[in-house]
Amino acid sequence: MSDVIVPLTQKKDWMSDQEVRWCPGCGDYGILQAVQTLMPDLGVAPENTVFISGIGCSSRFPYYMNTYGMHSIHGRAPAIATGVAVARPDLDVWVITGDGDALSIGGNHLIHALRRNVNLTILLFNNRIYGLTKGQYSPTSEEGKVTKSTPMGSIDHPFNPLAVALGAEASFVARTHDLDRKHMMNVFRAAHDHQGASFVEIYQNCNVFNDAAFDGVTGKHHRAEMMIDLVHGEPIRFGPEKEHGVMMGSDGQLRIVDVIEAGVDNLLVHDAHREDPGLAFALARLSHDDHSPTPFGIFRDVHRPDYGSQVAAQVMQAGEKKGPGSLGDLLRSNGTWTIG
Amino acid sequence: MTDTVERSSRQPEQISHVVVRFAGDSGDGMQLTGDRFTSVSALFGNDLSTFPDYPAEIRAPAGTVNGVSSFQVHISDHDITTPGDSPNVLVAMNAAALKADIHRLEQNGLLIVNSDAFEARDLEKADYTSNPLTDGSLSNYRVVEVPMTTLTQAAAEPLGVKPRDAERSKNFFALGMVSWLYSRPIEPTIAWIEGRFKDLVKEANLAAFKAGYNFGETSELFDHPYMVPPSDTSPGEYTNITGNTALAWGLVAAGQLSKLPVFLGSYPITPASDILHELSKHKNFGVRTLQAEDEIAAAGMALGAAFAGHLGVTTTSGPGVALKSETTSLAVSLELPFVLVDIQRGGPSTGLPTKTEAADLNIAMYGRHGEAPLPIVAAYSPANCFDAAIEAARIALKYRTPVILLSDGYLANGSEPWKIPDPATLPDISVPFATAKNHVNEDGTEEYWPYLRDPETLARPWAIPGTPGLMHRVGGIEKEDGRGDISYTPANHTKMVHLRADKIAGIAKDIPEAKVMGDADADVVLLGWGSTWAAIDAAVQRTRRAGTKVGWIHLTHLNPLPPNLGDLLRSFRHVLVPELNMGQLCRIVRAEFLVDAKPVTKVQGLPFSSAELEAAIQEVLK
Repeated sequence: MSDVIVPLTQKKDWMSDQEVRWCPGCGDYGILQAVQTLMPDLGVAPENTVFISGIGCSSRFPYYMNTYGMHSIHGRAPAIATGVAVARPDLDVWVITGDGDALSIGGNHLIHALRRNVNLTILLFNNRIYGLTKGQYSPTSEEGKVTKSTPMGSIDHPFNPLAVALGAEASFVARTHDLDRKHMMNVFRAAHDHQGASFVEIYQNCNVFNDAAFDGVTGKHHRAEMMIDLVHGEPIRFGPEKEHGVMMGSDGQLRIVDVIEAGVDNLLVHDAHREDPGLAFALARLSHDDHSPTPFGIFRDVHRPDYGSQVAAQVMQAGEKKGPGSLGDLLRSNGTWTIG
Repeated sequence: MTDTVERSSRQPEQISHVVVRFAGDSGDGMQLTGDRFTSVSALFGNDLSTFPDYPAEIRAPAGTVNGVSSFQVHISDHDITTPGDSPNVLVAMNAAALKADIHRLEQNGLLIVNSDAFEARDLEKADYTSNPLTDGSLSNYRVVEVPMTTLTQAAAEPLGVKPRDAERSKNFFALGMVSWLYSRPIEPTIAWIEGRFKDLVKEANLAAFKAGYNFGETSELFDHPYMVPPSDTSPGEYTNITGNTALAWGLVAAGQLSKLPVFLGSYPITPASDILHELSKHKNFGVRTLQAEDEIAAAGMALGAAFAGHLGVTTTSGPGVALKSETTSLAVSLELPFVLVDIQRGGPSTGLPTKTEAADLNIAMYGRHGEAPLPIVAAYSPANCFDAAIEAARIALKYRTPVILLSDGYLANGSEPWKIPDPATLPDISVPFATAKNHVNEDGTEEYWPYLRDPETLARPWAIPGTPGLMHRVGGIEKEDGRGDISYTPANHTKMVHLRADKIAGIAKDIPEAKVMGDADADVVLLGWGSTWAAIDAAVQRTRRAGTKVGWIHLTHLNPLPPNLGDLLRSFRHVLVPELNMGQLCRIVRAEFLVDAKPVTKVQGLPFSSAELEAAIQEVLK
């Protein structure tokens, strides 16, 4: 590489002076490290960056970033961030949320921010549990889960966060996990660079209330067999020897196959830029539990005009068409009469 | 028949004012008819006040009393504030309209009915057991029966319009007839019809309007026309304005005067939606409007925009205020400027969405969790909504606080002439953003402290994203005063609760003192707020003309209250508080000032009549 890009900032410039107060061993630390390490590479300035969060353990995140930030209301971060991003398209706006925050109390705001394609980078820390309130089941908790509020096991069918996002017309959808900083950084960078709403689900371990929830997939001994790395333009393969693959059956169903048996040419080739979200949706639903092969990486990355730019364009068009607003003219616009 | 309009040969009789009520089925275009009559009268130079009164259902079953839509307009040659207690003229387009509104018409008032709409089926739908046109029940009124449907169809038939379609133009026939009766100029209405409609519909409406006008002239059902001369109000340029338009323009003005872009987050709700519609038209002022997914998001977006340095506004009605409560509490805690507009309607719940009430004072005062005081501004007339919007924004920006601006359905849809202000005379409400660090540590290093307050206003600095060096985090968790870091210490929380309360209380120094209108030495004073202004004004005038002294204080700021209010109230023997609720302000002033204020309440979804208030004054003085 001939051009050496010297970052304008260093990691320490993105770290606030606040003491980080998550439980020791929490997966959130790894995510914070990944974000703080990545930020200098993004070529943006801390003063032009805003982190907005809702309520929950993950939502303490903004306090630890030396940027502008708001720790707001349970579930409302996407709405508040929409206000920031639409008012100020010049800003780099991130939303930090959790499975309860984004998918339960704030479900409505999340889906509408996604369909509007507001220029936000949304990081959903999914630990399948309510941590801050000390261990109730969440909308991503598996059926049968025994928690303080479900002593006989949860009978709630869980959401699949990526499927929800795709159903909400998200233009960028990805999954990563808290144990792989490099993978997180690559996914976050792509999410940041995407113009429009980016949705990233992060498998995040809550070692106090739901420890090892993802161990069957992301644990050191399972990764090779269970994690499917999605690479745009390449056949979907995984396994220690890349011996497994994903193929679409004649019934339209995705299946895990043996590569040699199925033939490399018959494997599904990942296409994140495909306009139709059908394949991304099928990949999002490939795994139904935390003990089967699960895709990671960028599921979908398509271009659609972002909301803030379109609002700004309408404001500009109106100015060009009508000229800058004149209060005197406005007050006379409904017809007038003169006395005296 | 001729398509030209004959000028009246009979001399009009001059009268000082008249109240006309147009009533018909929801599909009959009564709001449009009333609006046109109003516009022409405004252009003619009358003072006026209007009261649209329509059902919540878009189309209730045709011909039923539930589906009646009315528009009352008061035109005058002198200064008036109310749309009139009782109409002098009722135009009833069908039997249901007669049934719904006849009780409002003054004794011996003029009743003009569309006699085509009193067939057996019409009477049945209106729940009449006998025909009121023939059973003698209308003997206290001057009844003029006009077959408006037939005459309209006859006027439109030569144009090739089918009778069924022509029937739809009958509101223009009524408008033409009443235009003749009150000597309204016809050119503006003709020009309006030509601009608004196309092709056969335009031709049919024009034909109906002219036929109605000529019918008034030639039929001799009316002895002679009347004339309400232009009013003698102060010289200047006027426009006719509704409360919602004035409020929207006031927000546009507030953006200009604060040099901030206006950002409206809103969710459609009656009767506030027109503000969203109006502001959406004015993007060339830099106004951004966002129709949110719900009331909560609308408030959140406005708050986000405020954090980013815009003038954040959200508009709603009662149920929406409840949904925005959590965001408003956050705004109290974040100490960010934010204007919440509540166009009150009858409640609770869906209540009476198209009818007026002023029962949201309690939720405005108390409807948040924790100790979360905020300023409340209330508009008192349609045109005053303009100034009230600027005032709400001024307080929000200067004190970095959410402000609730109260209007109501009566102000929102009602209209009055407004002397257009010179924009140069409007106040500068701009506030500076923080641009530099504001705290020096012992070691000489500098920091930005987001909660370091202005000692005068107690407002915190407002540093917006994009400002180098002032990055900071705010949140709903209690903050340490000054530095703004999270703090759970008991002493700090006490301090912050008091600081937030003192900041709002201190605004009392920055609002107009309460003043007594009418007689300061009277035995009784009326304490009003909001849209009761019109009825109180009329009642006070009538009472004083009748020789009884009465004082009147009208509040534009409900929190904090003007600092001299307690002393003023205590100087009267009787304090009456007329409110379109069950006595919400009355309880506040009793608690605040230990005065024996008495409520005068009305919860019918209708404004007070001046007669009701006049009676209340006489009653207390007995």
